Amino acid sequence: MSRVRVLVGTRKGAFILEADGKRQNWSITGPHFAGWEMYHLKGSLVDPNRIYASQTSGWFGQVIQRSNDGGKTWEVPGGSMPTVGPDGMPQGMSNQFAYDAASAPLTTHQWYDGTQHPWEFKRVWHMEPSLTDADTVYAGVEDAALFKSTDGGVSWHELSGLRGHGSGPQWQPGAGGMGLHTIVLDPKNPDRIFIAISAAGCFRTDDGGKTWKPINQGLRSQYIPDPNAEIGHCVHHIAAHPSRPDVLFMQKHWDIMRSDNAGDLWHEVSGNLPTDFGFVIDVHAHEPETIYVVPIKSDSEHFPIDGKLQVYRSRTGGNEWEALTKGLPQKDCYVNVLRDAMAVDRLDNCGVYFGTTGGQVYCSPDAGDSWQAIVHDLPAVLSVEVQTLP
Amino acid sequence: MLPQHLRTLAGSGPEVQVDVEGAVTIRSVLDAVEARYPVLRGTIRDHGTLQRRPFLRYFACEEDLSLQPGDTALPEAVVSGKEPFLVIGAIAGG
Repeated sequence: MSRVRVLVGTRKGAFILEADGKRQNWSITGPHFAGWEMYHLKGSLVDPNRIYASQTSGWFGQVIQRSNDGGKTWEVPGGSMPTVGPDGMPQGMSNQFAYDAASAPLTTHQWYDGTQHPWEFKRVWHMEPSLTDADTVYAGVEDAALFKSTDGGVSWHELSGLRGHGSGPQWQPGAGGMGLHTIVLDPKNPDRIFIAISAAGCFRTDDGGKTWKPINQGLRSQYIPDPNAEIGHCVHHIAAHPSRPDVLFMQKHWDIMRSDNAGDLWHEVSGNLPTDFGFVIDVHAHEPETIYVVPIKSDSEHFPIDGKLQVYRSRTGGNEWEALTKGLPQKDCYVNVLRDAMAVDRLDNCGVYFGTTGGQVYCSPDAGDSWQAIVHDLPAVLSVEVQTLP
Repeated sequence: MLPQHLRTLAGSGPEVQVDVEGAVTIRSVLDAVEARYPVLRGTIRDHGTLQRRPFLRYFACEEDLSLQPGDTALPEAVVSGKEPFLVIGAIAGG
């Protein structure tokens, strides 16, 4: 029987939850990296034992961790052995994310008050392992840029064409910072990557990261000076089904959006949702038109409406939504669900998972019909990813 | 002396002893620590500028050296190993 491994990043460490295909009885390990903010962990599809993790701290900076045994043990790639390079300097560059200013000069970006602000590396928000090579992995960072490693995280280089697109001075931080938080790799076209930045919008490359195109046409954001601007939209998350990478779904600051042409044009599919503010969005593993969101009351009240935690599911690719509540708290619940904190497994009966800022991780083993809390009392959950194992 | 999180990261004890060739300064001690524990590169000082990370502070012999230049010589008691050079996380309490 297949198994699942849920990788949970929290404000105070990482946790790994495992169960068999029934997804009823769970084993829990952690905290790994206790006390550190674990923004994201994700396993390789090529080698499920290879997991990458972003460990970060306002005090101590950024650390990249890597596991080769499914999260039992961890190492800092290149940093665990004191070796000396040709220049006589100690190696261990795995934690260094240096913007490639030679290829794309460091500009400024827009600050909250509209002034220009220096571009400064702060942390890795999201790690996306390659679909074809376990040693290749992408990292989305704050201040926004995309990095790539082809040696298992030992060294990183920036795909500077994105930051050098020319629109950088118009990018501005969202409430959580100016992070590149979403990376979607196209399984059918290895040169195509979609990324999203708060608050700049979505970009697409069709040449492996050399050049990038803003793909925000159709987005309308009333909170920015030009609601239809090419740049400046606060995109919270995007998702696609692997079988149809040209069909993208987006949870924008407000609005659920859909594109059927790889982001060239978006249209709204919020339909009958009680609120279309939120952070997460994901797609059923076997039904490309079935999508999930967690509506949040508003941009100033980051919790569910009336204290009722509800996942909404559309089986029609948007517009027509149904509330999923069985097993979820329907009173006095005032948690949030952050942008990287929802995932699906690939078992026959697709499992859906999400984590909350209240420390719960919920699992639905029946595609959303019913829910159970795997854990109740973790630190605030920043990210949830799922691995489906043989 | 390292703060708790960096001890865990380095797999060291609370106190790390290093040999320093030449002048014993803030910079040369931290260079030696990073050479022995490459995983600590970037966690105490910025990778590129080698400036102290803003939420960390340096102390020795009850003196705050946080704002001193990197080539500041450390006290003889630190050079001889009698007293530690401390790297401390600022605002560590409530």
